[in-house]
Amino acid sequence: MSEEQHDVVLTVNGTAHPVSVPARRLLSDALRHDLGLTGTHVGCEHGVCGACTVLLDGRPVRSCLLLAVSAQDGEIITVEGLANADGSLGPVQQAFLECHGLQCGFCTPGFLTTITAGLRDNPTPTHEEARDMIAGNLCRCTGYQNIVRAVERAAELARDGAPHAQVPHPPEPEAGQLEFEDRDDDNASTGLGA
Amino acid sequence: MTTKLMGQKVQRVEDQRFLRGQGRYVDDVASGQDVLHAAVLRSPHAHARILDIDVSKVLDVEGVHAVWTYDDLTGPMAEPLPLLIPHPALTHGRTQYALAKDEVNYAGEAVVFVVADDRYVAEDALDRIRVDYEVLPPVVGIPAARAADRLVHDDVPGNVGARLEQQVGDARAAIAQAPHRLTLDLTVERSSCQPLEGRGTVARWDPDLNRLQAWTSTQTSTGVRAAIAVKLQLDLGQVDVITPDVGGGFGVKINHPWPEELLVPLAAKTLGRTVKFTEDRREHFISTAHERGQVHHIEVGFDDDGRLLGLDVEFWHDHGAYTPYGLIVPIITSTQLLGPYKPQSYRVVFESLYTNTVMVTPYRGAGRPQGCYAMERTMDAIADYLDRDRTEVRAVNFIQPDEFPFDQGLVFQDGRELEYDSGDYPASLEKLKTLVGWDEFPAYQQELAAQGRRVGIGLACYVEGTGVGPYEGAHVHIETSGKVKVATGLTTQGQGHATVFAQLVADELGVRFEDVEVVTGDTRRMPYAVGTFASRAAVMSGSAIHLAAKRAREKVLKIAADALEVDELDLQISDGVVSVKGAPDSSIDLGTVSVLSNPLRYAFDEASKAATQFSVGDPGKPPVAEDDEPGLEGRDFYSPERATFASGMHAVVVETDPETAEVKILKYAVVHDCGNLINPMIVEGQIHGGVAQGVGGALYERMAYDESGQLLNASFMDFLMPYVTEVPDGIDIDHLETPSPLNPLGIKGAGEAGVIPSAAVFAAAIEDAERVALPGLTITAMPISPSDLFGLRATHRQESS
Repeated sequence: MSEEQHDVVLTVNGTAHPVSVPARRLLSDALRHDLGLTGTHVGCEHGVCGACTVLLDGRPVRSCLLLAVSAQDGEIITVEGLANADGSLGPVQQAFLECHGLQCGFCTPGFLTTITAGLRDNPTPTHEEARDMIAGNLCRCTGYQNIVRAVERAAELARDGAPHAQVPHPPEPEAGQLEFEDRDDDNASTGLGA
Repeated sequence: MTTKLMGQKVQRVEDQRFLRGQGRYVDDVASGQDVLHAAVLRSPHAHARILDIDVSKVLDVEGVHAVWTYDDLTGPMAEPLPLLIPHPALTHGRTQYALAKDEVNYAGEAVVFVVADDRYVAEDALDRIRVDYEVLPPVVGIPAARAADRLVHDDVPGNVGARLEQQVGDARAAIAQAPHRLTLDLTVERSSCQPLEGRGTVARWDPDLNRLQAWTSTQTSTGVRAAIAVKLQLDLGQVDVITPDVGGGFGVKINHPWPEELLVPLAAKTLGRTVKFTEDRREHFISTAHERGQVHHIEVGFDDDGRLLGLDVEFWHDHGAYTPYGLIVPIITSTQLLGPYKPQSYRVVFESLYTNTVMVTPYRGAGRPQGCYAMERTMDAIADYLDRDRTEVRAVNFIQPDEFPFDQGLVFQDGRELEYDSGDYPASLEKLKTLVGWDEFPAYQQELAAQGRRVGIGLACYVEGTGVGPYEGAHVHIETSGKVKVATGLTTQGQGHATVFAQLVADELGVRFEDVEVVTGDTRRMPYAVGTFASRAAVMSGSAIHLAAKRAREKVLKIAADALEVDELDLQISDGVVSVKGAPDSSIDLGTVSVLSNPLRYAFDEASKAATQFSVGDPGKPPVAEDDEPGLEGRDFYSPERATFASGMHAVVVETDPETAEVKILKYAVVHDCGNLINPMIVEGQIHGGVAQGVGGALYERMAYDESGQLLNASFMDFLMPYVTEVPDGIDIDHLETPSPLNPLGIKGAGEAGVIPSAAVFAAAIEDAERVALPGLTITAMPISPSDLFGLRATHRQESS
């Protein structure tokens, strides 16, 4: 089908990828099928499950709700970018391994990116805050018990000096620019969140 | 000596790739390559005749490669899909066609199949297809199915697919003569598995090899392989099915073949291109399978101690529009309903009914949650009637530890006797009472009642037949590098098989855990297998792998004994090295044993020189003995006489809000007995996940069908799966380990257990909490939402006044 193509550059995990995509192509599809970065998973395609969460300019976003063309000027971090520079697991990944925080592994990338940003913003979460941090992501295997433990363990590992993935803080909004909504509000909109 | 790994909390090997985003799920296969994508036009109506399908507007659309309706299918593809598990009582079994023929029987049934350059174009094409339907009135829900004013299938009278009765003793007479009698009417609504990864299939036809390769997200790769071969009229040897990483199954992926699992391979072969189908979430809701929907009528007679004298259960099972998975779910309900108890007599009869809704196949627990709910509500009702403690009534009915093996006198889902192999139910109950603080609870309840708060406690017991046959097999290969490659045919969807099976092999062979690599679900590596369901993987494949490793070990010892010129009995294997006991310098590593096991003509590296014809062998004997074969391998199968029965008990403490009727979980306790544990970390993970699914099924999840058969909540926005905010903050677990005598490892299955008692235990706890303020309020329908409970309170107040 002669659909109009748009040339965009997607910067993912520090590498610039020029791609040509139709305007309607989802960021999740572009990452997975155009760039071959299949670590980002799609569980519902309507922004509820959080499996497709990536960091865009440091903010956790649902890549199934974004168009690839709209990510043109952003810095994207996916699960493939969370390991340390020497190839060892980053603190959140390491904590998931130690705490058995995953079973089938399908929702895991979305949890890892979400928690990475969460711990950047709050490096010493209380138990309640650790639960809140993951309250917008669905997991059907683990019952969340060990994921909460993994959040707490990751905070410990990071405090003990394990290097954190290089996750930038989101830029301050410019005057007059609308700030992104807080994630807690997103949770509320699912009808289930805190 | 290597530390024994059985029973250890070994970290999972598969996590390394999952955590780095390097898992390989079916939609990842052939990513970035030139692949065609399929989409399916589905019926918008629950019940309709197809008058005409007009695809003319699609045929010349650029980027569309195939548009198929039923009329395009030929041979076996034009026949109905298989009825996988026939049963004499399933007198009116019906299955759908790969693409609907003449009629549709649920909203979501596949009608037209399109293959295009990408999924976006394929979905554009679906929009251009016009189907004219004559809409028929649908049958929705068990009451409508039973009334049979309308029929789902014209040739199925009364909408009854099957009626099955089993009995032990004369329950009707026993009830009539019993000192006390009660009647209960209970309902359970539908839910579904909802793995985070839906279904998906990729297929490629290789014209050079005249061979089909298919990747599919299934719980049985050998089952799908056989179905593809039959339907596409290929030899079995021309079809490979590979199950890559699977993003959750929970039962729904055991049904097969889905229409797309046949249409995608057919398209790949026809078009000569790689074809991929990945369903979206809505498709998963409306075109896979659901479970749980049943209505029960129970009559029970008992003595002054609450001892069951006669139990008579009639129930109606909603199996949806088709019956590809036979009667497995209602048979399990009807047999596993008995749990750890021994009623003196029992009669059960069920009708399996057609409705114009998504079909029903097993969902984690597979009929047991409903059976447990029926039995445990009955126990609670008896305790209430006799004013006895709920644990006492259960205890007088327990099968005692010295009564095993215990034959319940019924026929189980595998066609074998329902005979429990082992267990210790009184010990489990004692553990549970301690764990949850059962005896202290009444004081706590009163204390909070004085503050105007409603807390309640519930418990529920279950027995789960796990590890049903017919068999599983395993192949263990020690390579010349000393690394061990293991294959078993059943599939993996998150249970950590690569870890637990490697633990077993490392223990049996005496090799390093990290040198063992396990492959599952690849028909090229192990073509004989059944599948992953009924909590059977650890029992079946675990046992087969243990036996296969044993065979490999025997061969290792034989070759090493020859090489070291000692008796086999004097050898030991540790860390991949065979050595003479007491003389550790006299040793040979497994890699070298592997070299020696394969007499060679050609050397290709330093190690293999040792196995060439001028280096080894007795010139007076054939290089490979008559009763031997080259290579250091072991292969074996495990096929038990019958299932092994795990058991457990759950208790929950809840608080209900007097105003909003919200239910808050204060404590959740589990005592679990799955025999010997291979990896307690993984077993506890299975329990956590089961409990969370149970919370969903008891308090949040239901399939909201309207009267026209439309599923109104077919999205994660509307079908309320638990987030972390809905699950207990902490689950207390205690294990009892009663080994099974039926397999070499003494293990029982653990996968489904966590979800079985949920409806029962929450109904009991909420009822107990509500009775603080509303004595006599009874919960008979699950799941229960805050609005349901709110309504129940209003009705109760009205009836009491």
